Amino acid sequence: TSAGGFFKNKLCETGVFTDHEKQYVGFATLPNQVHRKSVKKGFDFTLMVAGESGLGKSTLVNSLFLTDLYKDRKLLNAEERISQTVEILKHTVDIEEKGVKLKLTIVDTPGFGDAVNNTECWKPITDYIDQQFEQYFRDESGLNRKNIQDNRVHCCLYFISPFGHGLRPVDVEFMKALHEKVNIVPLIAKADCLIPSEIRKLKERIREEIDKFGIKVYQFPDCDSDEDEEFKQQDRELKESAPFAVIGSNTVVEAKGQRVRGRLYPWGIVEVENQAHCDFVKLRNMLIRTHMHDLKDVTCDVHYENYRAQCIQQMTSKLTQDNRIESPIPILPLPTPDAETEKLIKMKDEELRRMQEMLQKMQQQMQDQ
Amino acid sequence: MSQSGLGKSTLVNTLFKSQVSRKSSGWNREEKIPKTVEIKAIGHVIEEGGVKMKLTVIDTPGFGDQINNENCWEPIEKYINEQYEKFLKEEVNIARKKRIPDTRVHCCLYFISPTGHSLRPLDLEFMKHLSKVVNIIPVIAKADTMTLEEKTEFKQRVRKELEVNGIEFYPQKEFDEDLEDKTENDKIRQESMPFAVVGSDKEYQVNGKRILGRKTPWGVIEVENLNHCEFALLRDFVIRTHLQDLKEVTHNIHYETYRAKRLNDNGGLPPVTTETEENHESNL
Repeated sequence: TSAGGFFKNKLCETGVFTDHEKQYVGFATLPNQVHRKSVKKGFDFTLMVAGESGLGKSTLVNSLFLTDLYKDRKLLNAEERISQTVEILKHTVDIEEKGVKLKLTIVDTPGFGDAVNNTECWKPITDYIDQQFEQYFRDESGLNRKNIQDNRVHCCLYFISPFGHGLRPVDVEFMKALHEKVNIVPLIAKADCLIPSEIRKLKERIREEIDKFGIKVYQFPDCDSDEDEEFKQQDRELKESAPFAVIGSNTVVEAKGQRVRGRLYPWGIVEVENQAHCDFVKLRNMLIRTHMHDLKDVTCDVHYENYRAQCIQQMTSKLTQDNRIESPIPILPLPTPDAETEKLIKMKDEELRRMQEMLQKMQQQMQDQ
Repeated sequence: MSQSGLGKSTLVNTLFKSQVSRKSSGWNREEKIPKTVEIKAIGHVIEEGGVKMKLTVIDTPGFGDQINNENCWEPIEKYINEQYEKFLKEEVNIARKKRIPDTRVHCCLYFISPTGHSLRPLDLEFMKHLSKVVNIIPVIAKADTMTLEEKTEFKQRVRKELEVNGIEFYPQKEFDEDLEDKTENDKIRQESMPFAVVGSDKEYQVNGKRILGRKTPWGVIEVENLNHCEFALLRDFVIRTHLQDLKEVTHNIHYETYRAKRLNDNGGLPPVTTETEENHESNL
């Protein structure tokens, strides 16, 4: 890439090929071409948020993407919540920045962990994730693959209560049910109720428990060995800060003469983007500025592939059980075709049948001769 | 009473300015959350101005922490009733002690999680069941997580939910003795409660004074500063003004209700300590 960069600059500067440059083929411009096409196509990202209600999930999402997605939300009172089940709600918003378009989908999970009996309250969520995988699997195996919509969940922000002493049983069960289906990024919510020493202790405790229970949270990839020291230092700090202790805010306050997103208390002002106050900036940078693509890659290359392999394996074992086919080659489930495709299939079937008939007639004639 | 981690132990220590909670009695806080609700009672004798008080703090680790918390209030209801039963037995004894040892629960501080939204279903269930047998004082824990506005709104919503669900927290309206009581208690019920508190056992220097507080990167939260939180109101309420009343309501109302029910169940006769009685007790 450094070589490509060098040549790219040269091109920009002179606008004319020098003799030296005529020696090179020119595919070093590929990254630019990819960039242009990607920008034209736009990007999409699906983010799930999960955790008990009242942990500031909505506020954080609004702070991360500078949106106001929950304007018309009606909060349930305690009595209404008694009979509430876990729901899956999707909000999609198209945002644009410097010509780059992002179709952002937020998947909300209201009701999770709120009931008196929360047994298997994560099931609607794992079902939802599986459904998106299944949908993609069908689309991928289908006849018309031009406009596959990718609704797979690329990342799940899991909010841990700052009021506990570590992970609660429901936290452990949730993460274990989902860690092989989606990238889990655990967060410590409402971190402004903790003093620095408490945050340190809590992070340590959570890290220990994640290890102890064998929970596989999203791992930040190691940076390349040829990166500069500053970048490596930042990368180290990022990894050491996990789980991020975050604060969100929908309001702007005045602090030190500047207007910032924050929370105004009688004893001081908490600034969301102040790194000495919380890890919001680290989370935003990681999620949006540096690791968004990796999150998508891991979803596609690891979680989805796991799902697909499992699916195929199940189908194979089912088929060999039924003794319908002995070959190990799995038959992919055909998706329910749309009307036009059905017509096409019918036509082809007819053609085949006619050809078979003709063949039979010909064979008959040959025999008769 | 609350889920683990809402600051119960710290608050109790702060209230009584001494190390009276389980946390300081050597119980290792870092241990696992117990699988069932446990009841741990620790007694202390504290003294102030020549007045001695035997304070018993009862903690309930494991409450509300499990995935399935159905009926997790039952062990607690059972414990409270057991103390009434003990007192009753002693009272009806022929050769009874002059001062019956009183292990009854005079006050239950119920900690509400500061979500900012509303009460949780578990909170409603617990308070519905237990407000009938013990004085419940709802408290909003770790209130330093809410701004003034959020606090006011949350308190209003909680008060409304408690009212709508018929939960009578202490001081109960029906037990106001006279107009003076009623006026004073009305104000507390409708404006101050539930108290939004912050607890701390660490001291800091602020404006030349040593105060109990929490030091954050954006400022020091002073526990006894009424502009910061309502700890001082809770302390004054429970200890300085209503301590005796809490005991009286427990004795005259809750205990009497229990006693009447027991006598009724027994055909109007006082319970006799016999073999069958011992079996009956275990069914409570």
